[in-house]
Amino acid sequence: MSTEAVMTPPILDVKLRMEHVGMVFGGDRKGVSVLEDINLDVCDGEFICLVGPSGCGKSTLLNVMGGFLSPTNGSVSIDGQIVHGPDPRRILVFQERAVFPWLTVEGNIGFGLSKMSRAQRDERIAHYVQMMRLQGFEQTYPSDLSGGMKQRLQVARALAVNPDILYLDEPFGALDSITRLIMRGELLRIWQVERRTIIFVTHDIDEAVQLADRVVVLSSRPAKIQDMLTIDVPRPRNISSPRYLELRDELLKKIRRAYTV
Amino acid sequence: MSLFVRLRPVAFIAVLLVTWQVAVYRHPGQLLPGPVGVLRGIGDLLQHGLLLKYVVASLFRVTWGFLLAAAIAIPLGLTIGWYRRAEMAFNPLVQVFRPISPLAWIPIAILWFGVGDLAAIFLIFAGCFFPLLLTASSAVHNIPTVYVHVGRNFGLSTSDFVYRVLYPAVVPQLITGLRITLGIAWLVVVAAEMISVNSGLGFLIIDARNAGNRYDLVIAGMVIVGTIGLLLDLGMRSLERVKSFRWGYSGN
Amino acid sequence: MNLLSRPGRWETFFWPLLAAALFLAAWHYSVIWTATRVFPSPLNVEAGLAELVRKHVLWGDIVDSLRRVAIGFGSAAVIGIPLGLTLGWYPALNQVLNPVLQILRPISPIAWIPVAIVFFGIGDRAAIFLVFLGAFFPIVVACVSGVSSVPTLFRRTGRNFGLSPTQVLARVVFPAALPQILIGLRIALGIAWLVVVAGEMIAVDSGLGYLVIDSRNSGKRYDLVVAAMLLIGLIGLALDIGFRRLEKIRSVRWGFSHGP
Repeated sequence: MSTEAVMTPPILDVKLRMEHVGMVFGGDRKGVSVLEDINLDVCDGEFICLVGPSGCGKSTLLNVMGGFLSPTNGSVSIDGQIVHGPDPRRILVFQERAVFPWLTVEGNIGFGLSKMSRAQRDERIAHYVQMMRLQGFEQTYPSDLSGGMKQRLQVARALAVNPDILYLDEPFGALDSITRLIMRGELLRIWQVERRTIIFVTHDIDEAVQLADRVVVLSSRPAKIQDMLTIDVPRPRNISSPRYLELRDELLKKIRRAYTV
Repeated sequence: MSLFVRLRPVAFIAVLLVTWQVAVYRHPGQLLPGPVGVLRGIGDLLQHGLLLKYVVASLFRVTWGFLLAAAIAIPLGLTIGWYRRAEMAFNPLVQVFRPISPLAWIPIAILWFGVGDLAAIFLIFAGCFFPLLLTASSAVHNIPTVYVHVGRNFGLSTSDFVYRVLYPAVVPQLITGLRITLGIAWLVVVAAEMISVNSGLGFLIIDARNAGNRYDLVIAGMVIVGTIGLLLDLGMRSLERVKSFRWGYSGN
Repeated sequence: MNLLSRPGRWETFFWPLLAAALFLAAWHYSVIWTATRVFPSPLNVEAGLAELVRKHVLWGDIVDSLRRVAIGFGSAAVIGIPLGLTLGWYPALNQVLNPVLQILRPISPIAWIPVAIVFFGIGDRAAIFLVFLGAFFPIVVACVSGVSSVPTLFRRTGRNFGLSPTQVLARVVFPAALPQILIGLRIALGIAWLVVVAGEMIAVDSGLGYLVIDSRNSGKRYDLVVAAMLLIGLIGLALDIGFRRLEKIRSVRWGFSHGP
């Protein structure tokens, strides 16, 4: 693993921009406002964490970013173009049950690669099987995989199509805490080899501080951007270093404010 | 499972058969035969070559009616399940037609197809159509939304999506529905044959009574109907277990 | 699930009306174009329906059919539910009895007609027996499956709180299994309705099924045939809707997810 300190992403271009994004569900009169006036710039190659209490709208925000939902107000643009719908250039990784049970590990990873030649596809699949440490399970069906392996498979499937942005919606939430620790390490390892913009939703404070360049704190519903915190600890992060603990403390304070607001 | 446990149901059936036979001995001169009489009846049918002929006739009609219904109802049902407006449009019509017993279609069937095979096949078609339609549309509703999102996310074209996501996702439920509907088809064919044709197991049952109170043949017919129906069901269940379909049942 | 926009409220009325209108139009015009003298058009059917109502026969037939369903279904429930619950509660008992049920189940109730006639003669009782047969198996199967799918931890909780096995069955397992049992009852009711109509076509001389076959046999009155079929469909639908209302009662609503 590289010992180079990675503090800020090398390119400072804005990759994703949200301007005055609001989301109201259910028609005008009885409508529930889930998101309110979200303004956010995410830079290319940045690792952003969205943190907030359960039900505050983090997943909705992610779905809007990904183009699965159209915002009621405002706009999301990626590379300067307004987002109209889902696109393979930005893949969403879900919490669970998103791998196709009728395809093997290879089949799932190769799912988005149908436009490639046989040889290219096989090569790409083999590459990600190795990267996600799924060797030996190429012909296995998801029903025979553990929860952690299924999530690795999902990430492999997402990475295989070479997206610019990866959205992760509490991807480790259904896993036990030991597996979660391992998966966090895996994610960082991959991110440092194949740099992409990552937007990661979590309710776990430690996870946010361990992974992110910047942490965005959302208020309870309707979600607004309550606060932001830049984590300037170089990776790999020592979770007992004073600076780390300081930042963690600060984040905890900011989140407490979100709860009481 | 120990041998004793496995043999228990067999012993129970044996007890029932013995009780039945004893009851028949105790009441001589009444119409219903005992198990021995039924076996003799089956032997009779085999001897005259009728058993095979009737079984084949019934299976033939079931196969045609069932496959026709599946070929039309399943694609239609998948479409209705997918497009909310199509469902809105067709649901009331389906709900009114569904409770009409297939046999109630007999006058129309005879009007359109005359007395014979085609009429029976039409009745089976009518009996299978709505259950399959509803199974297919319900299978689409039960597709986890996550799969739809992933399909859209990876930029699949509509035909790609149908072929690579929709179809594999609905297959397990479709197979269960097909099994249940095959059971329905088997019930309908026997009933239909009692009214509108001159061959088949249903015809055997009603004819054996009408032409001479041959109740041994009546019950023999019923036993054969029950056995074949059970075999059809078991056959479909083993299809459900085939490995490449198994994933649908073990969950993700 | 559709990728198009969400349908507006007006569409819940528009689309079915459009489909029904197209269906009726297609029916009407194909009758005209094929110049059939026998098959009725929608207008014929309407007139036929009016005629039946005027002649007062209709009401009697409807009552007869419903009565047979009520008695047949009712007895199937009274016998089938306790039996099903017992079989579900004692898997050993189920293992012994199940093969017999599995062989009897695929035999259409209609095939029982000769046997029914021996026991009950031609008439009401035979028809009720057929309805009973048709409803019995789905009810038993639903009860067995409902009881066996109650999680063991519910039973253990019951025992933990000091309930005797019978009390566990009555106060824990039965309420927990009730949604599934109700679904089985609703399906059995639908089957009962199908069977009574079929049975009346063969073994009795009153009821809606008899009306269907008789209208054809005595005078090729296909307008009455179709009118009777329509009534059969509507009443069957009403029975189904009525039963679904039961499922909405608070104490069982938890077991059903009433989706869009």
